[in-house]
Amino acid sequence: MARYLLRRFVFLLVSLALASVVLFVLLRMLPGDPANALTAVGATDEQIAAARRSIGSDRPLPEQFTHWIGQLLRGDLGTSFVSSLPVGPEVGARLNVTVPLTLAAFVLAVLIAVPAGFLAAYRRRTWYGSLLSGVSQLGIAIPVFWLGMILIAVFALNARWLPAGGFPPDGWDRPGEAIRSLVLPVLTIALVMSASLIRYVRSATLDVLGSDYLRTARALGSSFGRAMWRHGLRNASVPVVSILGIELASTLLGAVVVESVFALPGLGSLLATGIAQHDYPVIQGVLFVSTLAVLIIGFAADLLQRIIDPRLRRGLSGGNR
Amino acid sequence: MSIKKSSLYASATAVTLALTLSACGGATTTGSSSGGGHDPDATVNIGSLYEPQNLDNTAGGGQGVTEALNGNVYEGLFKLTDDGEVEKLLAQDHKVSADGLTYTFTLRDKVTFHSGKKLTSQDVKYSLEKVTAKDSQSARKANLGVIDSIETPDARTVKVKLSKKSISFVYQLSYVWIINSEARDLKTSEDGTGPYRLGKWTRGSALSLDRFAGYWGGKAANKQVVFRYFKDATALNNALLTNAVDVVTSGQSPDALDQFRNNPAYKVNDGDSTTKLLLAFNDKAKPFTDVKVRQAVSAAIDDKKLLESIWGGHGKLIGSMVPPTDPWYEDLTAIDAYDPERAKKLLAEAGLKDGFSFTLDTPNYDPHPTAATFIKSQLAKVGIEVKINTITSDEWYTKVYKNRAFTATLQEHVNDRDLVWYGNPDFYWGYDDKQVTRWVEQAEQASTTAEQTELLKKVNRKTAEDAASDWLYLYPQIVVASTKLSGYPLNGLNSQFHAYDIKKG
Repeated sequence: MARYLLRRFVFLLVSLALASVVLFVLLRMLPGDPANALTAVGATDEQIAAARRSIGSDRPLPEQFTHWIGQLLRGDLGTSFVSSLPVGPEVGARLNVTVPLTLAAFVLAVLIAVPAGFLAAYRRRTWYGSLLSGVSQLGIAIPVFWLGMILIAVFALNARWLPAGGFPPDGWDRPGEAIRSLVLPVLTIALVMSASLIRYVRSATLDVLGSDYLRTARALGSSFGRAMWRHGLRNASVPVVSILGIELASTLLGAVVVESVFALPGLGSLLATGIAQHDYPVIQGVLFVSTLAVLIIGFAADLLQRIIDPRLRRGLSGGNR
Repeated sequence: MSIKKSSLYASATAVTLALTLSACGGATTTGSSSGGGHDPDATVNIGSLYEPQNLDNTAGGGQGVTEALNGNVYEGLFKLTDDGEVEKLLAQDHKVSADGLTYTFTLRDKVTFHSGKKLTSQDVKYSLEKVTAKDSQSARKANLGVIDSIETPDARTVKVKLSKKSISFVYQLSYVWIINSEARDLKTSEDGTGPYRLGKWTRGSALSLDRFAGYWGGKAANKQVVFRYFKDATALNNALLTNAVDVVTSGQSPDALDQFRNNPAYKVNDGDSTTKLLLAFNDKAKPFTDVKVRQAVSAAIDDKKLLESIWGGHGKLIGSMVPPTDPWYEDLTAIDAYDPERAKKLLAEAGLKDGFSFTLDTPNYDPHPTAATFIKSQLAKVGIEVKINTITSDEWYTKVYKNRAFTATLQEHVNDRDLVWYGNPDFYWGYDDKQVTRWVEQAEQASTTAEQTELLKKVNRKTAEDAASDWLYLYPQIVVASTKLSGYPLNGLNSQFHAYDIKKG
């Protein structure tokens, strides 16, 4: 296990390094010039050159790259071209919104999806089993922004229970307000996410229900609950955990839509603004941090799967991924 | 020239780059709804789509910084009121020499910056030179290029010598913030003389201004102003509907207006806009080198129907670059009015009986894509095929504005008095008429505004007759506010939003 951990950790570092190179190069290949975002429409060539000098985008690319990597190694994400503010604290401030939003939505989605998915499989021949299955099917088809708008219309515009959007400028210094402003976005993401999770939990449960080992356990006198608990749950968890990892990662990155609908100052809106302004340090900072988060989530999901399933530890079924 | 870059409109990632090209100011209308008692210590929440990129208007702060800080945090020697009048602000008095080349300004006494330092002529000199400096990124740099030298005989006197006469010089000064010459880090902090000082800027969310106790003039009618920033108009309207904001500065869509119009808690104000939607031809690219072809395209498009489909009854038709609020306005909508038969005749005269096809470079944000589709269907009826090429604002800037690699494009031009750009043959649309250029130059050198107006009226008529561009329509200017509010600006001239007169009751 220690060797595996070490190998997995080295893999993470190598992935991160490769990702850094790719995102740096890709950004530079995009058309457009960050100096444009700084200068007015009628700027002279002289003004544009001055803007380039001031942000250092006139330097050769390898020099810019080593400069950026050097900063990264010192734990510094650089300085925004446009606002002249350091990117690190900026990303940190946005994570204060995005991380609670993503995690709360994720936990809620799991709390909804696991029992619902299990019921949909176990009681698939009853009316509510079919209903659950049908609703989740429908849920997958619902666009997240649409659901967000519906929730705003119902709970904010009509009932006036919750704010329609925005985040208190004082942030978590006002925990009550901050939580209130996250309720609807969390609900939006959780509902959409749980719809697809229900499908996975349902099919994983169906697999288990039809499995030989469960039948054997039952034949040996184990009660259904006990057989499910000892054998079923563990087996069903393995595919679900890997899906959970992917869902969590994509929610983190996909929060941009929900952040826009609810006017939340999260990581996604920072990225969108950064892209619009060709603010390379900001884009790089956001993508670097989210790449890191995705890699760590993947790492954690892998690790969890190995803990759950001893066969993976022995490398019998496709071991070291 | 000034800029309106990066407003996140409707969709999360579409960037507006509207050309805001100006020369000198003017427009009319006043705005206030109810009087009565108000709370002098109220907090006014303003919803906006334009978050500043940074806080320095000479270093790419964008439209948002003008909106939030102009007149509120920073003041100029003069100010441009919401009615388009140029009034004295930090200048108590000014004299112009007989030859029109030397301006002597006397500064108001007892003005202090937010840091506590007293305003002196040195600060004015510094602020002007900040704009004209070699590495300045100010949009006003070219306009202030006429400054030859600046002298400061004493602490309250500034003497500016111009290299040539400029009737719009004082107007241009209303854009120049007077900044403490010792201030640093102006992209993230401020040191101005205005009625508010910067409170807290939470990037991506809000910027607050607090009433400045040491203000030299009458104190602001509210204690605090919070600009709250949104990425799309729907979120902005929702915030207004739930009282999270009291007034929205912009970004109205006609569909959303009814919910406010039929609600007694809100007031929908129609102000005067100066924003024009243009189908700009490249007058140096075939076939638009031919006046007849430009006239044909103008006559083939039913502007009224276009305006109706985009703004549903709001907005106005215009026949030239000049909005009704400019002093040299004349109704020229009769020139090249909608007449598809005449368009066909003109095309035949131009030797294009069988029509032709051209590429229309279309910015990817509202209303351009809708307008492009409409134009395509209209021109198809007279045998012209339009190929719509959708581009981002950044591509527009490089391809169209800088490289002139286009045949025709759509663009919104925001500012008042921007007719004068037709006098610049190097401008992106490539209109080159020696007489017009001369008239524009003479107008700037004019000694009286009557003389200036007379000359620019000629420019107006000539460019309209030449169909230098096709001016599709004038935008509506709609401000929606809670009825509890009064004293807010209605016209939002040049993106300003003076908040100090806003009363909340």
